[in-house]
Amino acid sequence: MIVELGHFALILALMVAVLQTVVPLWGAQQRNPALMALAAPAAVTQLALVAFAFGVLTWAFVVSDFSLAVVTANSHTLKPMLYKVSGVWGNHEGSLLLWVLILALFGAAVAWFGANLPATLRARVIAVQGSIGVAFLAFLIFTSNPFWRLAEPPLNGQDLNPLLQDPGLAFHPPFLYLGYVGLSMAFSFAVAALIEGRVDAAWARWVRPWTLSAWVFLTIGIALGSWWAYYELGWGGFWFWDPVENASFMPWLLAVALLHSAIVVEKRESLKSWTILLSILAFGFSLIGTFIVRSGVITSVHSFASDPARGVFILAILAFFTGGALLLFALRAGVMEAKGLFGLVSRESALVANNILLAVSAFVVFIGTIWPLLAEVVIGRTVSVGEPFFNAAFTPFIVVLAVILPAGAMLAWKRGNLGRALAGLGPVLVLTVALGGLAFAMQTGRSALGPVGVALAAWVVLGAALDLWSRTGRGGNRLGRLFRLPRADWGKATAHAGLGIVIFAVAALHSWKVEVIRVAQLGETFPLGAYEITLKDVRQVPGPNYTSTMAEMVVTKAGAAVATLYPEKRVYPVQAMPTTEAAIHQGAFRDLYLVIGDPQPAGGWAVRGYIEPFASWLWTGCALMALGGLLSLTDRRYRVAAGAAKTRLAGVPAE
Amino acid sequence: MTALRAALLALLLAATPALAVQPDEMLADPVLEARARDISRQIRCPVCQGESIDDSNAAISRDLRIIIRERLTAGDSDEQVIDFLVDRYGEFVLFNPRVSGSNLILWLAGPAMLLVAGGIAFATFRRKPTPEDGLSADEQARLEEILKK
Repeated sequence: MIVELGHFALILALMVAVLQTVVPLWGAQQRNPALMALAAPAAVTQLALVAFAFGVLTWAFVVSDFSLAVVTANSHTLKPMLYKVSGVWGNHEGSLLLWVLILALFGAAVAWFGANLPATLRARVIAVQGSIGVAFLAFLIFTSNPFWRLAEPPLNGQDLNPLLQDPGLAFHPPFLYLGYVGLSMAFSFAVAALIEGRVDAAWARWVRPWTLSAWVFLTIGIALGSWWAYYELGWGGFWFWDPVENASFMPWLLAVALLHSAIVVEKRESLKSWTILLSILAFGFSLIGTFIVRSGVITSVHSFASDPARGVFILAILAFFTGGALLLFALRAGVMEAKGLFGLVSRESALVANNILLAVSAFVVFIGTIWPLLAEVVIGRTVSVGEPFFNAAFTPFIVVLAVILPAGAMLAWKRGNLGRALAGLGPVLVLTVALGGLAFAMQTGRSALGPVGVALAAWVVLGAALDLWSRTGRGGNRLGRLFRLPRADWGKATAHAGLGIVIFAVAALHSWKVEVIRVAQLGETFPLGAYEITLKDVRQVPGPNYTSTMAEMVVTKAGAAVATLYPEKRVYPVQAMPTTEAAIHQGAFRDLYLVIGDPQPAGGWAVRGYIEPFASWLWTGCALMALGGLLSLTDRRYRVAAGAAKTRLAGVPAE
Repeated sequence: MTALRAALLALLLAATPALAVQPDEMLADPVLEARARDISRQIRCPVCQGESIDDSNAAISRDLRIIIRERLTAGDSDEQVIDFLVDRYGEFVLFNPRVSGSNLILWLAGPAMLLVAGGIAFATFRRKPTPEDGLSADEQARLEEILKK
């Protein structure tokens, strides 16, 4: 019964979304306040209905209601509670419901926090957001209904894919979706501004917090996924340039570009049309990402054919929203005349370079991702595009970006002086070269990647620190002023430093990884870099819904104990699937990463061990980027409701 | 019956290699082994979803890894080994698409886009800036209305 109520709420939400789209748009056109006022309550109602449906589905998973097809296909009574709940979004139907829930959440957020927006803009933003809701609710109800009942419920379910039964992956999709769907806000604001015919500094100031929060969520989501791959897949890789990963990376790159170009609109009223275009593209790529993941078209053209209804539906949504927005963009290009002029050497032009590099690198990822499909369909050539291509074709853009970042960040607006910016960076440059040289002297291999990574990272991190310091002006008490700088300044420096640290960790992991693959007898000791590993014991351990082969490995360094690690190999009988659970000893400068393999015919066990240099720096760098975003977000000047408070203050008579 | 088969299947799967490169495949010569690893990282497992044969657990990946090592031991160069695999399994197994024929579009798309974007940016920059427009007719009317008050 309650399941039917959830189903009904979902259908009702679709109808409310239709109202939310049509009425405020019409009202804004007619300047009718009563019709426009419908936007906010409609958005909140839609959220309440979708949230109820989501709650019902969660409840069905928690109590293992196997009369629901989704629950049967993705759950099992023995599964731990955490994974029963995360199983809600661990499948196609449920994850789309989560997507729609977040979409409705952002729509309602405009209703709650958008009081300072001009009435027509607010109504239009909520309406555009509602129209995306209409499309996805229809998609959900007509092609991927999570409330589909089974005529004959089985006694137990088929369990969730064991790879997904993991805390990292339990929270990866919600964050990723908050990011993906968060970009719909930038899109709605862009389309509303195009309908409105007005793009100005105030518009950019409203858009930035939304884009920034979407980007923070996207960063956390991508980092969680990468971290999961690192510890779960069993060989310490953290990024595979897999189509599904690329699908989340492209919107991330465009969101970074958008954040930076929105600054130019806000401060200088320039780059308006480009910023609008980026807002449309960033969400367009979120939709493309959804299409890639949900249709399975990239992994195999044939899996697309197996369920063309879903693929065609998302393609239609993609074509309608991106195509429609681009058409509107072309018609309204005239309203976006730039006001602020700037010289060839200026902060603006540095940000233009930033945008070009990010957009082109996103384009490289895009073409690399869809090339196998294009080549097969258009030319009939079956090819694969993998890590070697992306490493060669993508990395150069990021290297150039990192090179220009510190200088660009310190250039003056409007007309800068490159010589002065570079002169300020002189000491940083010296340190950068010294650190790069030190890395080259210390490493044993001949690879240039490590030292170049160190130098780039030092350049970016120290540049960010210098940028922050230079804002404290001249004279005494600079340290005191440093801590009173606006949070946005701290956010900028933190996020840039985070990028530098990520660059360093990626270079270190690629160039200084140590690996051992061998057979070890029980009690045997073998070397791994400067460490000795002893395989003490291997035993069978039962888990809640799996059985585990657990090894006990003692790690020592020059005879001194470092750690005892318990890598596992699990078999989930319901899905008949083995997973490896690597044991990782995290350190500040390296992770020790041990994996137990199979028993060997001639006795002993296959074992693998890795030293992953500076692995934790990768997650730290990502966390710093997200933290930088959060710091900027909490800056008084950019708070979502900041304008509202200010308007009230301005209302106090000045006489 | 089905339960028994499921249990057997589970046992079988548990017994098959669950990890990528196995110790018994590896060559004693570290130089040859390093070359074999380099090659196998660039070869896609024909039956998996986007995994290299170096990472894959599939039986065919193991066969391919062994073939690579056999060819290297027989004295083939890296290119010869890769050609050997492409002849048998097609271009599909190459993670590093060849810079030839239609693939040139793929490789040149990024640099071409950079040139185009740079060109547009430069052209926009060079364009004579229009002086800041005054108020629109609407705004002018509103301004006069306000001033009249």
